[in-house]
Amino acid sequence: MSKEETQDTGGMNYLVSLPRRVVIVYIPLLVFLLVLLFPFYWMAITGFKPNAELLSRTGNPFWVIAPTLDHFKHLLFETAYPSWMWNTVLISTVSTFFSLAASVLAAYAIERLRFYGSRQVGLGIFLAYLVPPSILFIPLAYIVFQLGLFDTRWALMLTYPTFLIPFCTWLLMGYFRSIPFELEECALIDGASRLQILTKIVLPLAVPGLISAGIFAFTLSWNEFIYALTFISSSENKTVPVGVITELVEGDVYHWGALMAGALLGSLPVAVVYSFFVEYYVAGMTGAVKE
Amino acid sequence: MLPATLLLLLFLTYPLGLGTWLGFTDAKVGRAGVWVGLDNYEYLFGDAVARLSLFNTLFYTVVASVLKFGLGLWLAILLNQNIPFKSFVRAAVLLPFIVPTALSAIAFWWIYDAQFSIISWTLVKLGWIDTYIDFLGDPWMARLSTIAANIWRGVPFVAICLLAGLQTISPSLYEAAAIDGAKPSQQFWYVTLPLLTPIIAVVMTFSVLFTFTDFQLIYVLTRGGPLNATHLMATLSFQRAIGGGALGEGAALATAMIPFLLAAILFSYFGLQRRAWQQGGGDK
Repeated sequence: MSKEETQDTGGMNYLVSLPRRVVIVYIPLLVFLLVLLFPFYWMAITGFKPNAELLSRTGNPFWVIAPTLDHFKHLLFETAYPSWMWNTVLISTVSTFFSLAASVLAAYAIERLRFYGSRQVGLGIFLAYLVPPSILFIPLAYIVFQLGLFDTRWALMLTYPTFLIPFCTWLLMGYFRSIPFELEECALIDGASRLQILTKIVLPLAVPGLISAGIFAFTLSWNEFIYALTFISSSENKTVPVGVITELVEGDVYHWGALMAGALLGSLPVAVVYSFFVEYYVAGMTGAVKE
Repeated sequence: MLPATLLLLLFLTYPLGLGTWLGFTDAKVGRAGVWVGLDNYEYLFGDAVARLSLFNTLFYTVVASVLKFGLGLWLAILLNQNIPFKSFVRAAVLLPFIVPTALSAIAFWWIYDAQFSIISWTLVKLGWIDTYIDFLGDPWMARLSTIAANIWRGVPFVAICLLAGLQTISPSLYEAAAIDGAKPSQQFWYVTLPLLTPIIAVVMTFSVLFTFTDFQLIYVLTRGGPLNATHLMATLSFQRAIGGGALGEGAALATAMIPFLLAAILFSYFGLQRRAWQQGGGDK
């Protein structure tokens, strides 16, 4: 392509010729999508494959000839999978709601009650968000043990908020900041208390923020691994990610079909929740990174 | 009005302090330790496996972060184009980031399987290789395989965040640049990149932090093997503290990560500050 042409088309995408666009945009994008989505396809196709097909080297591994539900049946009726699922749902929901409630109060206090050092507290919240779980799990295990919570669901419900609250608070602080001050002043003049202002004025306006924070917190706690691995030892208290990794792998015989079926089922709920709230999720993620 | 403070103090600040303190003791599981000063650190410094894990962690972080940044920026720019099914494509791209890492790691484990790897199968059928690749059995191969899996998971995050940054750049700036005769590459270097720098700094800080302290991927794929070639500091500290029962030693290893994390945060913080000033000075 000559220099002049490049100059002409620069910046105005609709002027780029179609073949050129195919090469510089569509093909790379297609490759990206293929690579990013292939593991999911592979997970699904393996989950439905009978063992004979899994272990044969002939035939086309990319497709399944005789799909079977055996692996799912094995998973649901012969392992503790349903109870892991229930644990994960329970723990994620409880810790999400708990964190949201605490974060709303904290974020509102930091943003609107002008107390001494509120800026520092805000910064502290952000730094707390940056503390990774892999540094905290040893001392937390120690504490969990001392509190007698080891191997209970409470251990996880109480520790998940340590990474959820900083995140949600940070996100909600941004939302609360965008709500005009004047609304609250009006309410104050009309005689509303701080709590009334929060529940009747601020929260209804911050619903999108609450949804973002909630969705994000839910997926974060659904995906949590290291705490669940460390604090839980008995099979019936495990969460899905930990259960699949620790219980379905037995010695040297890998039940690939069941493993993949477990991974697929465990990923589905978050994927479904996510697909309904993509915009909120993206807003939450990018909102937390901006600022 | 601050129940959050209470919880954070009890379960975040206190453990952070406790972890540092545990690092200076010889605590074991079920036994409170006594103060041993820097013994743990001295021991770890002399321990070849611990040093190897430091090297692995740095290698893993640097390679994965650089590639995540490059690929993520590329993907973000592609997504910023006028493409059909835009919102669908964007949603699909983020999928690797939202499903549980432990579970997608299982898929990678299967993809990397020594006997039934789909990658090996394809390459053999294409006639590019003769024998199946031992993805997780050979030290360097295992390092690269785990890095590839990490990149797979991290690129969507970087791309979607950078896309949000790209969308805030006004198209009129590109029009102005085009009128001034800037080529696409010049537009990228002199318009896109400077305006994107602040968000790049933040996104990459996150990315580096989470890569440096990664645990799940390694734990699922290799458990640190072969020959400790993929042990990161996080997995090693888990193995020593929970598997081996040496809480103090594990805590010391975990604490040893903090200076690196602080360095990353400070680097991006000061980088960000300088850029913000440059922009203000350049624009006005």
